[in-house]
Amino acid sequence: MNLQRRRKWTQFLGLLCIRLSVTVIAAAMIFMVIFLFINGIGVISWDFLTQQPTDAMTRGGIYPAIIGTLYLTLGSIIVSFPLGVASAIYLNEYARNGRMIRVIRFGINSLAGVPSVVFGLFGLAVFVVYLGFGSSILSGSLTLGLLILPVVIGASEEALKSVPMAYREASLALGATKWQTIRKVVLPAALPGILTGSILGVGRAAGETAPIMFTAAAFYTKVIPDSLLDECMALPYHIYVLATAGTHINETRPIQYGTALVLIGLVLGINLIAIVLRARIRRRQG
Amino acid sequence: MMHNRKTAISAKNLNFFYGKSQALFDVTMDFAAHEVTALIGPSGCGKSTFLRTINRMNDIIPGTRVEGEILFDNQNIYDPGIDVVQVRRRIGMVFQRPNPFPKSIFNDVAYGLRINGITNRVELRDRVEKSLKAAAIWSEVKDRLNESALSLSGGQQQRLCIARALAIEPEVILMDEPASALDPIATQKIEELIVELKADYTIIIVTHNMQQAARVSDVTAFFYLGKLIELGQTDALFTRPRLKQTEDYITGRFG
Repeated sequence: MNLQRRRKWTQFLGLLCIRLSVTVIAAAMIFMVIFLFINGIGVISWDFLTQQPTDAMTRGGIYPAIIGTLYLTLGSIIVSFPLGVASAIYLNEYARNGRMIRVIRFGINSLAGVPSVVFGLFGLAVFVVYLGFGSSILSGSLTLGLLILPVVIGASEEALKSVPMAYREASLALGATKWQTIRKVVLPAALPGILTGSILGVGRAAGETAPIMFTAAAFYTKVIPDSLLDECMALPYHIYVLATAGTHINETRPIQYGTALVLIGLVLGINLIAIVLRARIRRRQG
Repeated sequence: MMHNRKTAISAKNLNFFYGKSQALFDVTMDFAAHEVTALIGPSGCGKSTFLRTINRMNDIIPGTRVEGEILFDNQNIYDPGIDVVQVRRRIGMVFQRPNPFPKSIFNDVAYGLRINGITNRVELRDRVEKSLKAAAIWSEVKDRLNESALSLSGGQQQRLCIARALAIEPEVILMDEPASALDPIATQKIEELIVELKADYTIIIVTHNMQQAARVSDVTAFFYLGKLIELGQTDALFTRPRLKQTEDYITGRFG
């Protein structure tokens, strides 16, 4: 009887802890969004989203920064997605476990732990200076792409692992080659998972400041970039600049919050697109 | 009957290893063309492993090793010069659990044709229909070819998998307990199908179910602990087994 009661009690306590954790996390998230919303919504207008900054960035809009962040995010996807998925295919489908593979895995895991500012310096040294791309969308996309590569590889590997062995066997038994099996059966089945996991990386790429401050982001550009080798403004860097480097830090507070709100909205938008895409693929596969 | 039999596949002194543990010991036997051969024996006796050596499906399991020969069309399929993809095109397989792809019913069956280079839409449609008819599932799916294969029942999925195997017109079909995940009615349909299919194909079936072996097969091979214990015409083996071990197993005294 005593045992029964104790088990009930521990059950109750355990559940309480788990519930509390979830509540704290959800509350932090909700608080942040509400805080940004209250402070930022005031400046958001059609003009804010579609106009250039004016008067030393104390007025006007953030259009160039929105476009810049979209370019950089898209660029980082284009860099990291093929590389990441290909690496994951190699690691999961082809590589036999050996010393070499362990070294590669260790490298990828370490890459995930490298601070983003180090990526920024690496991008500066390699893409901007050594390869001569200058501070540009190209350099920034490559740097961000490398930054999120471990996330994409990790997500893709998990997704590939979760494809049932039975699918591979069925395909091979029909006289498919290994590559045909991967391309026509394994990858399509893994794609929703690959997308889901990679969203995390994309969200991170959109929000990073340090990797782009040396490689792509301009303090202020009048023009919308029309080439990969142009500099661009970017939302996170814009916030950073307004909040630290301007001469009107206090006056621009609302713009800072507004920009942050737009950035969060943008990341949410990218996530939504990926979720819809995933749902459509899933539905097509049944 | 015996003297007209043409051998489709022969195993010669076949040994198989998972790492250091040996799963098959010196198995030698012939499979006659256009007959159903049943491989029976208790769990872990090596019957499924043996089946999977016949189309080299065990190749995909790391750390496995084969010694001996599987002769198919006068060639040892384990010769270094043999293209394993070609072997599997000619020796099809149906697995224990139905494993349709997460594609539409049509695309599932068309998959094997497409990877073999058939892209003509009319030809694809004809051969998919023919295969579905041969697998006795056409009438159930003909109005829903674009629906997901996963929306079918387990028994239907397994017949779809048989249709998929038939579509590329193999000469031999290996079946690894094809009905063990199915209910009795679905099982009966699969068994009827097997008997029909032997007119056109050589069939080798692994089964746990003694009645099933007796119902569908012409020849039965009894395996125990990785060795081929007894091989014979099914009716003879089940009514007058030569060895005590075989008799004990088929009468249910162990297994």
